[in-house]
Amino acid sequence: MVHYLDNAATTPVRPAAVAALLPLLTETYGNPSGAHRMARDANRVLDDARATMAEALGAQPGQIVFTGGGTEADALAVRGTVAARGGIPVCSAIEHHAVLDPVHHLGGRVVAVGADGRLDLAALEEALDPSVSLVSVMLANNETGIIQPIAEAVEIVRRKAPGALFHTDAVQALCWVDVAEAAATADLVSVSAHKFGGPKGVGVLVVRDGADPEPLLLGGGQERARRGGTQNVAGIAAMAVAAAETLAERPAALPRVAALRDRLADGIRAALPGVVETGVPGADRSHKTANICHLCFEGIESEALLFLLEKEDIMASAASSCASGAIDPSHVLLAMGFDRDLAFGSLRLSLGYGSTEADVDAALAVVPAAVTRLRERGS
Amino acid sequence: MTSGGPAADNRRRVLVAMSGGVDSSVAAALLAERGHEVVGVTMKLWGGESDSGCCSVSDVDDARRAAQALGIDHHVFNFADDFQRHVVDPYVEDHRAGRTPNPCVACNRHIKFDKLFRRADALGFDLVATGHHARLVADGSAVDAPVRVARAADGAKDQSYVLHMLSQGQLRRLVLPIGGLTKAEVRARAADLGLVTAAKPDSQDVCFIHSGTGRQVFLGSRIPLAPARLVDTAGREVGRVASVELVTIGQRRGLDLGGDAERRYVVDIDRAAGVVTVGRQHELLVSHQPLDDVAWSHEPEPGPLWFQCSAHGQPRAGRLEAGDAPAQATIVWDEPQPRVAPGQSVAFYGTGHRSDLVVGGALAAAGHRLTAL
Repeated sequence: MVHYLDNAATTPVRPAAVAALLPLLTETYGNPSGAHRMARDANRVLDDARATMAEALGAQPGQIVFTGGGTEADALAVRGTVAARGGIPVCSAIEHHAVLDPVHHLGGRVVAVGADGRLDLAALEEALDPSVSLVSVMLANNETGIIQPIAEAVEIVRRKAPGALFHTDAVQALCWVDVAEAAATADLVSVSAHKFGGPKGVGVLVVRDGADPEPLLLGGGQERARRGGTQNVAGIAAMAVAAAETLAERPAALPRVAALRDRLADGIRAALPGVVETGVPGADRSHKTANICHLCFEGIESEALLFLLEKEDIMASAASSCASGAIDPSHVLLAMGFDRDLAFGSLRLSLGYGSTEADVDAALAVVPAAVTRLRERGS
Repeated sequence: MTSGGPAADNRRRVLVAMSGGVDSSVAAALLAERGHEVVGVTMKLWGGESDSGCCSVSDVDDARRAAQALGIDHHVFNFADDFQRHVVDPYVEDHRAGRTPNPCVACNRHIKFDKLFRRADALGFDLVATGHHARLVADGSAVDAPVRVARAADGAKDQSYVLHMLSQGQLRRLVLPIGGLTKAEVRARAADLGLVTAAKPDSQDVCFIHSGTGRQVFLGSRIPLAPARLVDTAGREVGRVASVELVTIGQRRGLDLGGDAERRYVVDIDRAAGVVTVGRQHELLVSHQPLDDVAWSHEPEPGPLWFQCSAHGQPRAGRLEAGDAPAQATIVWDEPQPRVAPGQSVAFYGTGHRSDLVVGGALAAAGHRLTAL
């Protein structure tokens, strides 16, 4: 039996979302921009999905721009805003590369985080001046699960760089955080369907009124001319179903998954010396998303550990993978001041709505033994 | 398991180093055919700019596609930090210090046959395989006869030289599946199997150096390069070189010697004084060659041996005399031979019926005896 503990990378598509997707590929397949009845049927599906996503994200339907995923939503926010307003972007050092790379590309500034993995607000304040046109801080970090002080950051941006827009990448957050509330004051918000039980290649950028980034894709006038190209109607509808289910289940899923995660993290920490639970010096994990157990093991290398876990049918991950598939030390851990060797020994076990006690039992049976083996035999 | 595979107790877990080239692809195929549990791994060694070598994204793609075609698992291991520390940094330092390194040998010594072996052991593999053109043979008929690296069936592709550093502990855990095949046979097998690597050209250059910009740019961005005077053996200045760090003992090409018709070779390099001495071919010859870092694949066997001093060089006959320390020795050549650039690897082969067997190796040291010849 496979134990899938990599839900922060992607999630299985919810059955209801699959059910919503199929008839839109075979029956209601009209182009939503068309004039006839089949086109109007497809457009109705889009309108419904737009309303659902707006409610889930605390936005108006007209503020929802459907994209081809989280990376495109981030690119539209960062590159599109700088293209529209000039100036330079600013982001935190622990952003996903979908934000970090365009910020670097545009000559932007990167703001440090503390050893606790949270944005250094004083450093943000120092990085801001009137030349800054966009500030991007993720809602929850994809590796560590540490939730960022969005409301405080927005307040600083409004005061120090009143002309700048604020973007938050909420891709990792929707399952575990009330994004509508947490990102209420952000101008731009990104989410990605496959992180919450929807299909890959679909996402949303919330664009509050007046934010108006320059489109990345021209032609066709779709999404109120903010994103050209025929919409992925089936994927978008499946995303909306997944989002609605996720929000409906959240009150029950949150404590259940948090308890699983706590048992997992506590169990591994108790079983082994030389373990650092990232951003959790004690036992309080209230500042993290409920699903992520992120650990660093002294004296081992992640890729060897992942190999042994895979042999025991446990699917997990370490830091971000590069194009060749090799594992590089995490920029997030290095930004938090981790020693490079310790950063090489990281492990992310991420739970999802389908995770069970059996998954935790399996990981507790395998992870400490694998770490011990690697420490004894070297890797 | 397919019929014709090994009996259950002969089935081994084998980790195959797959560079994305044809040789290692076929090595994996042969092991899988024999029924072993085979896992392919591509080592990511270099993150810098390069258009060749074993760690570009397209090479990883090729290795992965070959593994998929063979139905075996494929992983990527990131050994870039180790490669930087054990191969690239010493390569740069050697040039700075006036030595001529062999990075492929350093990579074999520290990465493929150390780091990868330790990783394979930790992950529960019995054996490691590579696509080197060389064979492994028992040296003698005794039950506990040592394992030796032997020259490949395809003499033109033989890579036994770059495997000279392997110890018995490593050799007993190593498999070289294609050493008994010619390159043409390897390519034919790859084509039969439909592998994407079948027609891929052989890699030649140093994998971490961009072939367009070369050593000059690579080293020049890492260490200061100093010009030097070219003088003949009588001390007369005959030209200049832009970067003494790029000059190698025995080098002939790339020296601006004006209209001198006779071939001249670099016979000495004095980095401190900024002087490179060139001479006629016979002035390159020496009677003795000092060595450092001598290591034997089994027992030391000083005395008459064959010595190969470059990857595709001819073996030369000589006698090895022990030095003051166990890792030092001197070759006394049967016939005078060109001096070997300090830092270059020298592989030792046996004599007589053992002349195809690698018995040890060393690095050429400085300080030739400039005996009048």
